[in-house]
Amino acid sequence: MEIELNTAQKAARDEFKIFVDEHVAPFADEFDSKERIPDILIRTICERGYMGAMVPKEYGGKAVDALTWGLLCEEIGRGSASLVSLLTVHSMVSQTLAKWGNEEQRKKWLPKLATGESIGAFGLTEPEVGSDGKSVLTEAIADGNDHIVNGEKRWISFGQIADLFLILAQLQGKPTAFLIERNTEGFSAEPISGMLGFRSAMLAELNMNDCRIPSGNMVGNIGFGFSHVAGTALDHGRYCISWASLGLLQGCVNACLEYAGQRRQFGAFIKDHQLVQEMITEMAVHAKAARLMCYHAAYQKDRGDPSLIMETSMAKYFNSRVAVKAALNAVQIHGANGCSDRYPVARYLRDAKILEIIEGSNQMQQIIISQYTHQEHIKAKRQALIKELETGS
Amino acid sequence: MDGVSTLTNLVFEMNPERIMDEVRDFLGQFISNIDIDPDLNLFTSGLLNSLFAMQLVLYVEQNFGIQVTNEDLEPENFKSLSAIQGFIQKKSGETT
Repeated sequence: MEIELNTAQKAARDEFKIFVDEHVAPFADEFDSKERIPDILIRTICERGYMGAMVPKEYGGKAVDALTWGLLCEEIGRGSASLVSLLTVHSMVSQTLAKWGNEEQRKKWLPKLATGESIGAFGLTEPEVGSDGKSVLTEAIADGNDHIVNGEKRWISFGQIADLFLILAQLQGKPTAFLIERNTEGFSAEPISGMLGFRSAMLAELNMNDCRIPSGNMVGNIGFGFSHVAGTALDHGRYCISWASLGLLQGCVNACLEYAGQRRQFGAFIKDHQLVQEMITEMAVHAKAARLMCYHAAYQKDRGDPSLIMETSMAKYFNSRVAVKAALNAVQIHGANGCSDRYPVARYLRDAKILEIIEGSNQMQQIIISQYTHQEHIKAKRQALIKELETGS
Repeated sequence: MDGVSTLTNLVFEMNPERIMDEVRDFLGQFISNIDIDPDLNLFTSGLLNSLFAMQLVLYVEQNFGIQVTNEDLEPENFKSLSAIQGFIQKKSGETT
């Protein structure tokens, strides 16, 4: 296994870094206070092909490898966690359609998603349903060649501007996925403001009131909406959030190195105070570990290895946790300055907390990772027993 | 399809028992009871978590060199050890 970037990946990373330094990081606090990503920035991202970076080439995308996509999420996450959630939810739709859409759906939607002509968003969460996603209350009823959908979705990232929503509903009492276009009669999106973090992620509450959608908008089959369709979307979402957490963490490291190298107290730069060194050391080492977890998940994602699911879950869990810790310490190092809007670290802290909640809360990850660890333990014991029997020792 | 997958495919194409053993071994990572009833309904058994479905898809694709598509999303293809074995055998026949 190689853990070094190849030439193309290094070039891509450098391009992403320059883009974020020029177009994202200097303005992220403004986006945050205005609770909006400017249209012109979204258009720029579309023009650069970032929205469709992972979409297969036959549908107009760039088909970049998982590691290159991760590098994009990391760099944008360093600049603005809200903005990386645009790439996250958009690609959750495009990647899921690429896997579970039929050819007609892929031909119809993927070229538009690849260019950003259509912006995708993912509608799972509801006012009364969060982690227990398969129990959504949104309902679809077959009516001739159509389905009639009724329900509410809440906390939908970029729901204010998305054109195409991949939503989960119950059809015949079974979780089933559908595509709903924004211009569907009976569909409306109410902006949500005043969030703790991800303030410029343009969240919305979606209302579907007798939305009539063609049966061709069903993705996958009846009953497979949560286990396979949403399962694919959420796995990809966790992958993006793992890298975004790394980006935010790296942003904390950078901000602290800059600040501690300029701020003087007791006649010395605070970078030379040992208790500050402890905090910077911890976040730098965590960044290194988080990066390795991302690289490993990327390696498994490109191989299509079943372990990808758990590697991604673990990376999301670990990286979002250490991002919160780094952001807390970054504010601490910045003191009162860190509690103000003069430095980005207060925003990092607010955004980091969201990373622990979205795409499967960290408590859900803990349950799954714990089960997995037990499985691995049992597997190792069984293999040892088989080996013992085979060798007769 | 890479060389390893092709080889795997050929090895198991005509051997349902070997496919069954392979899948049973994979399921054994998730279900501690090594003697899994071939007809046990995996999705209603309560023995598996929500991430298992996608792990199974990736396993089948990687180990048997077949592509699971939207048309394959039928309960009859994945509900039990026997169903998975039959599905792999059917898909292997389509791709060779």
